[in-house]
Amino acid sequence: MKPKLPPAALMSGRVGEPVRRPDAALKTRGDFPYSSDLQVDGMLWGATVRSPHPYARIVSIDSTEARSMPGVRAVLTHDDVPGKKVYGLEIPDQPVLAIDVVRYWGEAVALVAADHPEQARRAAHAVRLEYEVLAPLTNPELALTENAPRLHPDGNITRAIKIRRGDQNARADVVVTGEYEVGMQDQAPLGPESGLAIPDGAGGVDLYIATQWLHIDRDQLAGVLGLPHEAVRLTMAGIGGAFGAREDLSMQAHACMLALRTGRPVKMSYSRAESFVGHVHRHPARMRYEHGATRDGKLVYVKARILLDGGAYASSSTAVISNACCFAVGPYECPNAIIDGWVVYTNNPPCGAMRGFGSVQNCYAHEAQMDKLAAALGMDPVELRIHNAMKTGSTLVTGQAVDGPVPVAELLSRIKVMPMPTAVSGDHLDLTQMPGGVSNTTHGEGVRRGVGYAVGFKNVGYSEGFNDYSTARVKLAVADGRPRVEVHTAGAEVGQGLVMVQAQIASTVLGVHDVVVLGADTQVGSSGSSSASRQTYITGGAVKAASEAVRDRVFALAESELSGLGRGGSGESDGWRLESDAIVSADGGVVITLATLLGEEVIEETREYRPRRTSRLDGETGQANAHMQFAFAAHRAVVDVDVELGLVKVVELATAQDVGKAINPQAVEGQLEGGAAQGLGLAVMEEIQVKDGVIRNPSFTDYLLPTTLDMPQLRMDVLELGDPNSPFGLKGVGEPPAISSGPAIVAAIRTATGREIKRVPVRPHDLTL
Amino acid sequence: MEFLQPTTWTEALEMKAAHPEALPIAGGTDVMVEINFDRQRPAAVIDLTKVAELEEWGTENGMLRVGAGVTYSRIIEELGGRLPGLAMASRTVGSPQIRNRGTVGGNLGSASPAGDAHPPLLSSGALVELASASGSRRVPVREFFVGPKRNAMRNDELIAAFLVEPTRGPEQFSKVGTRNAMVIAVCSFAIALDVERKRVGTGIGSAGPTPLAAIDAEEFMAGVLDESGLWERPADVDPNAVARFGELVAAAARPIDDVRGTAAYRRHALAVLARRTFTWAWDERRRSA
Ligand SMILES: Cc1cc2nc3c(=O)[nH]c(=O)nc-3n(C[C@H](O)[C@H](O)[C@H](O)COP(=O)(O)OP(=O)(O)OC[C@H]3O[C@@H](n4cnc5c(N)ncnc54)[C@H](O)[C@@H]3O)c2cc1C
Repeated sequence: MKPKLPPAALMSGRVGEPVRRPDAALKTRGDFPYSSDLQVDGMLWGATVRSPHPYARIVSIDSTEARSMPGVRAVLTHDDVPGKKVYGLEIPDQPVLAIDVVRYWGEAVALVAADHPEQARRAAHAVRLEYEVLAPLTNPELALTENAPRLHPDGNITRAIKIRRGDQNARADVVVTGEYEVGMQDQAPLGPESGLAIPDGAGGVDLYIATQWLHIDRDQLAGVLGLPHEAVRLTMAGIGGAFGAREDLSMQAHACMLALRTGRPVKMSYSRAESFVGHVHRHPARMRYEHGATRDGKLVYVKARILLDGGAYASSSTAVISNACCFAVGPYECPNAIIDGWVVYTNNPPCGAMRGFGSVQNCYAHEAQMDKLAAALGMDPVELRIHNAMKTGSTLVTGQAVDGPVPVAELLSRIKVMPMPTAVSGDHLDLTQMPGGVSNTTHGEGVRRGVGYAVGFKNVGYSEGFNDYSTARVKLAVADGRPRVEVHTAGAEVGQGLVMVQAQIASTVLGVHDVVVLGADTQVGSSGSSSASRQTYITGGAVKAASEAVRDRVFALAESELSGLGRGGSGESDGWRLESDAIVSADGGVVITLATLLGEEVIEETREYRPRRTSRLDGETGQANAHMQFAFAAHRAVVDVDVELGLVKVVELATAQDVGKAINPQAVEGQLEGGAAQGLGLAVMEEIQVKDGVIRNPSFTDYLLPTTLDMPQLRMDVLELGDPNSPFGLKGVGEPPAISSGPAIVAAIRTATGREIKRVPVRPHDLTL
Repeated sequence: MEFLQPTTWTEALEMKAAHPEALPIAGGTDVMVEINFDRQRPAAVIDLTKVAELEEWGTENGMLRVGAGVTYSRIIEELGGRLPGLAMASRTVGSPQIRNRGTVGGNLGSASPAGDAHPPLLSSGALVELASASGSRRVPVREFFVGPKRNAMRNDELIAAFLVEPTRGPEQFSKVGTRNAMVIAVCSFAIALDVERKRVGTGIGSAGPTPLAAIDAEEFMAGVLDESGLWERPADVDPNAVARFGELVAAAARPIDDVRGTAAYRRHALAVLARRTFTWAWDERRRSA
């Protein structure tokens, strides 16, 4: 019994060619099977009972009535968790189902399985919960204090970071300070959390799930379910976006528990409102910065205090605060630094991974500071940035020297000279081009134009000694008279285009036209997560390594076959390459076609790929070689602001980004556009509004995502400078577009309005009252 | 849930009389959201989409009578010239899909303070025709909204149509939202100049428990135009008077702080919208005179 999954398509395309993703047509037609479409005969539906309080003691749970309702097959609480009752990506602090206390609004308390989703929902309402409501801790500043309630046994500080570099008493001619605040952004993947758990009848379970990392889900599930790893098998289902929202468990353990308990397949699929409490969000940040510089504009020191609100559970907070601190200064040389960062527990919604991962929040601060500094020095803001730009060999505040191309100055120079969009003309009123858009709020009244610049960077791949690797199995055989490559990894296609990239890499290394990438599952080794902009690098690296191993065996086979025929011998393969489904010699002649050579033979190799090792930040000084690759991007924003109404139209975004090598240029463009749109969202509209621990806008009616009328054309300049350490010289691409895009927009709004904007998203009343 | 599907207006009214608790559904763009969000669990639903009468419009003694089931898309296409203010508002509703399904009758049924059809209906003095098995009545739209999401309809009644005079002068509609399309109003404003009767009509959305008319502002501006003979000989209006008009519109609002914006911002923005829309309408009046 298997549900319908996205089909494994026959693909072709070489590294560097712009190729269309295989699921594009299916998605456009509405035929793509998303995880919310999963179904098998006889399946039950799960529903979750959630806390209506941000902080409360659970006095009693009474499921008698719920159990007796029509169609209800099971009602479970924490008592029914078979194995470990808590889980977590870094710290196992989150109960599978709340135990005695709830720590955030919407926390899962009990589960129901029923024949029909409506029956399950009704039964969920009928589970009687008695709470003793406690005063929630919602201010992260208070969480740092001694008299705050301790939300977890080790206190409220999830991680504190200290970075100390250079002269701690450095003084400077020109000093600027600023305080900045970033609101809570949501990843808002269009596909809600959903999956289908099917018990295997022998105590194990198969889970079909849209996730970012199958193996870490499996490891956590095995613990929670008290099962050996082999008894928990995961298969990737059609995903509708991720952006960090699917790194933690959501309904995975719940569906498996219900399936194992009832002996029936159980599907769970969150509503939009439930999705807003079903995954972690981007950490809200409060930042205080002081920059000191010489009169000619060289940074002397940066002092920063960064406080992230981690919400009720740790998720990946410890790594997010590390990034926020490591990159606090931005991609600039800075000899002296004092950076202090904390991420704390509160009773707000839990926060964790989201595209940009700690580097988004600090970029708003360091870029605002650079603009302030430029103003104080009377310097051009881009010139000031170029003057301080990191270069190859520059040292981060963590003491790490950065190797490979570090084109910060070049990226800035390029966006600076890009052509400017024309001003809106009064002759032809086109409301779609106006702040306020089609709502007809201005015909030009109050509209001021502004231009802003920002640059940002972050790490690619895991940092601080985390074991980063990926596994790929590559098989070469003849199918329908032609050689065909089959690639199998557990790498999660989250919409970024990993499937196509794997096909291109295998096709390029093996010179074979037809490639099939099998669906990702746990029947092959781990690929790590689709996060940290790492998959093309790490899983791409694994596919390359496995393909090369297959190629070596092809050459060995050919040598032995040909020497058997008296046509060559060992060492013969020196100048050979694989091209157009054949072995080709140095002079371009076909040595033998792969179809002839292989016949019935199947060549299969599995390889693990590991990038350079990293190490953990020193606890006292924050010094370490903590990161393995860095990716840089710069943005220029042109905005029109209606200064009387505080409405913003982003007229144009321009970007320059070094991608090392564009494996699939079409996918690269998609990442640059999508990331910029997400950056724009945080700058001017996207915010989960939390009051007293309660989310006030858990729907797309009031959590606003940019539409096509909000997201302008993106002028792109994609540099391929080649990283000497990575496969094909590539760099991670996915996150940098989401880092400096928003800060550039806010800088442009500042120029247009003359206002000092301290908080994002920028709201109309921030610009008018 | 019982599902009732009348095919004629008479049948619809009889069903409503027999099932006063039944929830009418037209485009479903509000009803389905309510059901999805679990905010409503109607015991019965009356589907009005098979009732052809509701989708008709025509004229009656110089008034336009527009069936409750006419969609925003059709208002824009078929009535844009005669009801320019309502058409402008309709263009700002949701997305093309919502405009293809959503109806003005549904907007009136929901009676949300943020309903975009309401301000132009208020500014042009429309009537709402309510009907039941025992007869029908016409309620001025200014008396139709009785509280937050509450209207003057009895539970044995349905909305048959709205009636409004075709445009009698320049009309404008303007809505503030934090996104450039597909957004619920933070606040909105409609203005209609009735050149023959020398009246100024207004409507305020999303800035009070119900949609509102700014009556003091209407009288003030009509007075200003009258006193200086501007209705007959349109010329510049004193900027101070325009500013005052904005202040009076802002003063008529009864906004609150909510997720979409603050009360203070709403008042501020309404004054801006009132000034701008009056200026656009007056410019048009001057051009056409
Ligand atoms: C994505 C989205 C975007 C939206 N954007 C906007 C927007 O920008 N502006 C805006 O104003 N609205 C917006 N809405 C809300 C909605 O589209 C409008 O209120 C629309 O006018 C409702 O019309 P309908 O025909 O779909 O009503 P329905 O959902 O069918 O009904 C709405 C209410 O009216 C009642 N009703 C319907 N017809 C009758 C009748 N003939 N007699 C008595 N009662 C009746 C129903 O019982 C119900 O209470 C949006 C909705 C969605 C889902």
